[in-house]
Parts: sequence; structure tokens; C-alpha cells
Amino acid sequence: MTAFVNHFVFEFKTGLRNSNLLLMNYLFPLAFYAMMGLVMTQVNPTFTETMIPAMVVFVAMVSTLLGLPGPLVESREAGIYRSYKINGVPALSILSIPALSTIFHVLIVAAIISFTCAPLFDGVVPENWGNFVLVTVFAFGALGALIGVISANSRSTVLWSQLIFLPSMLLSGLMMPLDILPESVRFVSALLPATQAMQAYLGLAYNQATVIAPLASVGTLLVGGILAFGLAIYLFNWDSRNDVRRGNPLMALLALAPYVAGAFLMR
Amino acid sequence: MSETSETNETVVRVNHFRKLYGDLVAVDGISFEAHRGEIFGLLGPNGAGKTSMLECLEGIRQPDGGTMDILGIDPASQPRRLRDLIGVQLQIAGLPATMQVKEAMRFFSAYHKVAPRYDLLDRLGLGEKLDSQYDELSTGLQRRLALALALAHKPPVLFLDEPTAGLDVGSRAELHTLMQELRDQGATIILATHDMAEAEKMTDRVAILLRGKIVATGSPRELTATGAGFTKVSVRTEQSLLAADDTNFPAVSQRAVKEEYVIYFSTDPGPTVSAILQYIGTQNDKLIDLRVERPSLEERFLEITNSGGVQ
Repeated sequence: MTAFVNHFVFEFKTGLRNSNLLLMNYLFPLAFYAMMGLVMTQVNPTFTETMIPAMVVFVAMVSTLLGLPGPLVESREAGIYRSYKINGVPALSILSIPALSTIFHVLIVAAIISFTCAPLFDGVVPENWGNFVLVTVFAFGALGALIGVISANSRSTVLWSQLIFLPSMLLSGLMMPLDILPESVRFVSALLPATQAMQAYLGLAYNQATVIAPLASVGTLLVGGILAFGLAIYLFNWDSRNDVRRGNPLMALLALAPYVAGAFLMR
Repeated sequence: MSETSETNETVVRVNHFRKLYGDLVAVDGISFEAHRGEIFGLLGPNGAGKTSMLECLEGIRQPDGGTMDILGIDPASQPRRLRDLIGVQLQIAGLPATMQVKEAMRFFSAYHKVAPRYDLLDRLGLGEKLDSQYDELSTGLQRRLALALALAHKPPVLFLDEPTAGLDVGSRAELHTLMQELRDQGATIILATHDMAEAEKMTDRVAILLRGKIVATGSPRELTATGAGFTKVSVRTEQSLLAADDTNFPAVSQRAVKEEYVIYFSTDPGPTVSAILQYIGTQNDKLIDLRVERPSLEERFLEITNSGGVQ
């Protein structure tokens, strides 16, 4: 337990000490939130109705997809996991503790946004704070860990992360309502974890009509998160110099299976 | 340096160990044993297979053949059981850039379930750097920290891969003292090094690796004694009569004059020195300086490696 606490405290502090992580966990999400509050609410006043969930999902994506994988790859490249291995640090801790500390950073920023959005930008406050927020952040955290595990280097980390991040920004309902998208694009949109997160959030916290049953979205995120984390543990490689590794990195695609299944639950 | 190990209990046992990287045979059927209270040196040029062997012993890599055990534990199949029994200073490893020195000690001690050893940090000159982050430390300090972490849980077996690389003279001497203390307390140290002076000074026995095989093994004294190397007898006298006189002394195969010294290369220095002293006396010359230098481990190492391991 002492080892876990020490490790968690260290990783949490790293999220503040490391300038890249500080940018991804706090500065970029909060600056984007401020910009959206100042600009987007003027351009599209109805944005205030979905601003809190959109910003919370955005924060989760930035911290977990853009922030989490890089340090995992860099640690492997720098031989840090070799030091960990010879000192008995288990793979489960190496992956779960950074993911958990990232989730804590996301929850802190999500709380800041949720409590300031109404007074600052007339954002509509959710009626129900459910565990689906935690499920959302867990699903993204697991995906971030999986990307970190399968990426051969920092450049490919950016590629894999952006493959999920960019379409999510455009198609998941963060910036514009899902129902204005063409039918064919809407199906593609439902393949994205951010879409499932937005649907769960809007349905359960705001009692809004959604194109996917909110509880089905929560289920998809939960199964997707568990699968992604399980695959991350299975595919974890201690050492980039070691040519023997367990499993093919392409197995990571299995983590998207729940989202494919979830897309078929679209109304 | 103790000539023999404290007891004969075998702590590290390697039998016909092989390691392949694709078609490349990095280590080819190596066998050796290291005992309790012994510093065992692994010497060899780059690519000889030292690090591959150490990494398999440490449980970081899987061997491709043979057997190895440390205190009865197979590193390949029981790496977790090994963690608290070995301390490892890796040649290539690191710590998170933002991890402070005191955090690193706390972090790894907790995983070994022991109290943090801040005294070790003091001893290794890191006492004033407790709040410094890893990336703020010089290479030498980073290596000292790695060593402190390797020792913190008082492991009975230590693997040190080039431990003095990048250390200044003072730190190097401190490390050597520490290694001797640990050896005297019964620890077994496997030391891989390129530094022949260090190996000669610190190890009880060495194995010289060449192209994945052990080509020579024994104590540094045994190895230097078995070579074809000559003992160097350097003599300086008041009148320098020896320089002008090419008298044949017993067991001398070669003679050279360098500055005010006459240097004899002898296969048996006893009779040579005795005859030289007698000659100086009969010539009414006066001895100013006499130096007898046996072949160093470095010379013996070069002799073995240059001959491709053929002795």
C-alpha cells in the first residue's frame, strides 16, 4: 500500500512538474475553455446548453489521449521501466497509476469548469452528477494507456492519439449537435468514444433526448475501458531494446470493438 | 583484496548459457560460478556478451539455452522472487526526469518493503541533493543514485555494470571502499567493467569474455602469472654503468634504455634482480632506484584478446 501511495503521489506531482503534462492537464484545456466561453457562446448561444459536458469530455480527451501516452513511451525509451522491473515495480502499477493520476487531474479541471461555467458563461449546470463522468474518464484513460503501450515511438503516439482526437472534436457532438450530421456521418460518429461520452452525459445529466440510449453509452464506455486497459497490460513491453514482446500491437484494435457494437445501438 | 572468497558457498551459478539475437550468437555456452563474499569480474571488449549475460541473470532478458540460478532461483522463470535478493546497477537505465533524489529512495524502498536508506545517499555524496530532480543531476551523480538504490534493500547479490563510468576520482574511491565493505559483509558482487585497474584492484576472480565465450578465468594474480608477459625490472645507478654494459643477466630476454633507467624484461625476476645487484656491487656503482613491475591485468587482457583467445 505504501508503494502504491508513494507511486501515486509521485505521478500526481509529475502531472504538475512536467511542463508538457502541465500544459495538457491544465493550461491548454482551461485556455480552450475560456476561449470557447468567450467566443463560441457569442457565435452560438445554444452552446451554453452543452458547454459543460463538451468541455469535460474535451478535457478528458486532451489529458488522456494527448498527455498520457507520450510519457509512457518516453519512459520505455529512456530505460525507466528497466529500472522499475529490477526493483519489482509491477506492470499493473506502471500503467494504472499514471492513468489514475491523470484521471484525478481531469476531475480537478472538470470540477473547475463545472463550477465556473454558469457564473462566467451562463453554462447550464447538470441536474444529475452521475458516475458516468468517472466511467468516461476511465475509458479515455485506458485508451491513452493502450496508445502509450503500442506506440513504437513518440511520433507514432501523436499519430494514434490524433486519429481519435481530431474526429472526436468534429463529429462527436462537442462543437455541434449530433442530429445535424448526415446519417452516414452519424454512424461514423457513434464509433468514437467521445460521442458515447457526450450521449451519456446529455441523457443522464441533462435529461436531453439522445441518439443512443445513455445507459447503453455508459455500458459501451465501461466495456471499452476495461478491454483497453486489459489489452494495455497484456501488450505492455518493459524494454524497447528487447525484441521479444507479448502479442501483436494490432491486437489493440480489439479495444474499439465495444464502440463498433455501440454504434449499432444508435436510434 | 582477499585472495579467496569468504566461504565456498555458490551464490550465482551459470551453466552452458547461450543468448542469441536472431542469427547472432551473443553468448555461446558460458559456465561460471560466483561465491558468497566474492567480487567476480566480467571483463571483455564491447560486444563480448557481458551485458547480455548480466541482463539474463537479472531477469530482464530470457536466455536461449543453458541454466542459471541465483541462490537457487531461476531468473528466467522466477524473476519476481529474485527482486529482493539482487541489487542492480544497470548500464542503460534511467529514472523519471522529475523524480527527486529523496523521492527515488522512498519510491524503490517502498517496493522492496524496506525503510528508505537516506544514509546511503549521504555516503554517496547525494545528501545535499535530496530535493534535486533526476534530470538536474550530473551523469556521475545519476550513477551514484542508481548505486544507492541498488544497495538500499541490502541485497545479498549485487550486479554492477560499469559502476565507475563517469565518476570522479573521489567517488570512485568511495565506491571501491563500499564494494569492499559489502564483500566483507558477505555480499556477492558481479562486476562488469572495462577498467582493468579496477578489476585488478577489486576482484577476487575474473572471467575474460571474447566473442561470447569465456577465454580465461582465475584471480587477477593467476591470470597475470600465466601469460607470456615479462616482469619489468628497471634499474637506475649513480654512474649509469649498466646503460653502457650489455651484460647478460639470468632470465632476461630483452633490454632497453630509457632516460636514466635500464629496463630488463625478465621471465624470472628473482635471479635477475639478484644478479643485477651483485653486478652493481662488483662495479663499485651505487643503486639509486630499482623497480620490479609484474605484467598488469590490462597487458594480460590485451594479450588474450589480441590473440583471439588462443593461449
